[in-house]
Amino acid sequence: MRNLTYIKTAAASAAAFALIGAAPAFAAVDSETAYVLNTFSFLVNGALVMWMAAGFAMLESGLVRSKNTATICLKNIALYSIAGLTFYLIGYNLMYMDVSGYIGSFSPFWGPDDAEALAGTFSDGGYSASSDWFFQMVFVATAASIVSGALAERIKLWPFLLFVVLLTAIIYPIQGSWVWGGGWLSEMGFSDYAGSTLVHSVGGWAALTGAIVLGARKGKYTSDGRVNPIPGANLPLATLGTFVLWLGWFGFNGGSVLALGSAASAIEMANVFANTNMAAAGGVLAAMIVTQIMYKKVDLTLALNGAIGGLVSITAEPADPTIGMSILIGALGGVIVVFAVPLLDKLKIDDVVGAIPAHLFCGIWGTIAVAISDPEVTFVAQLTGIIAIGAFVIVLSTIFWLILKFTIGIRASEEDELEGLDKAELGLEAYPEFGQGSQSF
Amino acid sequence: MKLVMAVIKPFKLDEVRDALTSIGVDGLTATEVKGYGRQKGHTEIYRGAEYAISFLPKIKIEVAVKEDLAERVVEAIAGAAKTGQIGDGKIFVFDLMNVVRIRTGETDADAL
Repeated sequence: MRNLTYIKTAAASAAAFALIGAAPAFAAVDSETAYVLNTFSFLVNGALVMWMAAGFAMLESGLVRSKNTATICLKNIALYSIAGLTFYLIGYNLMYMDVSGYIGSFSPFWGPDDAEALAGTFSDGGYSASSDWFFQMVFVATAASIVSGALAERIKLWPFLLFVVLLTAIIYPIQGSWVWGGGWLSEMGFSDYAGSTLVHSVGGWAALTGAIVLGARKGKYTSDGRVNPIPGANLPLATLGTFVLWLGWFGFNGGSVLALGSAASAIEMANVFANTNMAAAGGVLAAMIVTQIMYKKVDLTLALNGAIGGLVSITAEPADPTIGMSILIGALGGVIVVFAVPLLDKLKIDDVVGAIPAHLFCGIWGTIAVAISDPEVTFVAQLTGIIAIGAFVIVLSTIFWLILKFTIGIRASEEDELEGLDKAELGLEAYPEFGQGSQSF
Repeated sequence: MKLVMAVIKPFKLDEVRDALTSIGVDGLTATEVKGYGRQKGHTEIYRGAEYAISFLPKIKIEVAVKEDLAERVVEAIAGAAKTGQIGDGKIFVFDLMNVVRIRTGETDADAL
C-alpha cells in the first residue's frame, strides 16, 4: 500500500518538474546515503514518540486529583522503562523475527546485527538494526501508557506494572506480528499505517477490560445511577500533556513512513505531518462545537480528548487522504469522544482520562476510515483485523486481569483510595506545601 | 459602639475598603469564607456531567466603629459591594460591648 503511494506521488511530482523544465525528477541518492537518512528518520522520529510518554504523564497528572499525582507520574516512567525491557527480552523477536503467520520467534534477548552494512553492502530501504528496534520499542510504550490513565486513582502500583509486563511482552508483540511482522492479517490486506488498531485500540481494549474488572472509583457513581464528576487537579498540565502528545505524534505517524532515503519518502513524510496536524485540529474543533451545543459550555478536557481522538483516527492512514479529508476524519474522532465519554459513564465504566473513547473507539473508526480513503483497502479486511485483534486482546487481558485480581489483588483498599495513593503507596504528597488544596471542603 | 460584619463578593473587597477609608474607618478585618444563600450554590460541568458547588467563596469583613459612624459604614459597604446581581451578600450590625487595644491597654472608643 505504501509503495503504491510512492508511485502516485512520484508521478505527480515528476510531472511538476517536467512543466518547469527542470532536471530529471529524482536523481536517487546512493544507497549508503539512503541508509543514513532512513536511520536518521527512525532515530529522530522515535525520540519524538518517546516524548509522548511525557505527554501521557502530564495529561494524566492533570486529570487525576492531587492526592494521586505522584503515583501516576511514577506509573508513567515505570511503564515506559518496562516496555523497553520486555521488548528487548522477548517482544521484538516475538513480533518481527521469523513470523510464521500468527507469532514470531520466542528467542530471548534482541541484539543488533549490522554486519552487512558494516561490510559496505546496503539493501534498498536499509537502516541500522537498532534504529528500527528503538522506533518499534517506543510504540509498545505508547500502548501501555493508554492503560494507566484509564485505571488511575484506584489501582495498586505493582499489580498494574505486572500487567504492563504481560501487555508489552506477550499481548502487543503477538498481535503486532499479524500485521507489521508480515503475518496473516497483512496477507489478507489489512492496513494500519502507524497503529490505530495495533497500538491505540490494543491499549484501549486492555484499558476497557481493566476498568471493568477493577470497578469505578469510590463515589464516581451514586447508588441511584447519577454520575458524580471528579474534576482533575490541574488543567494547564493536562493541556500541556495534550500538546506534547500532539508533537510526539509527528514522529509516531511521520516515522511510520519507515524511510527518508528518497524525495518520494520525504514528500510522503511531509504529507503525513500535515495530515496528522489537521486531523488533530479537526478533532479539537468538533469537540468544542459539540460540547457547546450539548452542554451550553465548551468543555476543555473534552476538547483535549478531541485532539487525541483526531490524532488516533488519522493514524491508520495519514499519508493517502487529502488535508480536507484528514480534517473530516479527525473531526469525526472528536465527535466520537464527546458522545462516548457519557456513554461509558452510563455503563458505570470509570475511565479517568477518557483513554477508552479516544484510543479504542477512535482507533476503530480510524481503521475503518482507511477503506474509505484508500480504494485498495477493503472493509472486510479492516473489520477482520479490528475484530480479530479486539477479540485476542479482550480474552488475554481479561484472563491476566482476573489472575492478578484473585492472586495478589489489583484494587487499593478503600482507606488508601480515600487518603490518596500518593500517601498509601509512595508515602509522600505531590504538592506538600499546598496540603489538601482543593479537596478541603 | 457597633461591629459591622458583611459578607461580600471577593472581587469587591478593594472597592469596599476604599469606600470605608474615605469615610474615616481606620481598620478592618477580612476573612476568606464559603457559604450559600437562597440560590443554594451553583452547578458546574465536567466532561459532560453536572455537579453542584454547594459552598461559594466569599469575603467576610468586620469593622468596629463608634455608634455615630455605624450607619454611614453600612451605607458605604452597601454602595461599594453592590452589583445588582444575585450573591452580592449581606451586612450584619451588632452592639459592641468592649474593645481593648492590646499594646497600650486603651479601652472602648479610645481603642477604635
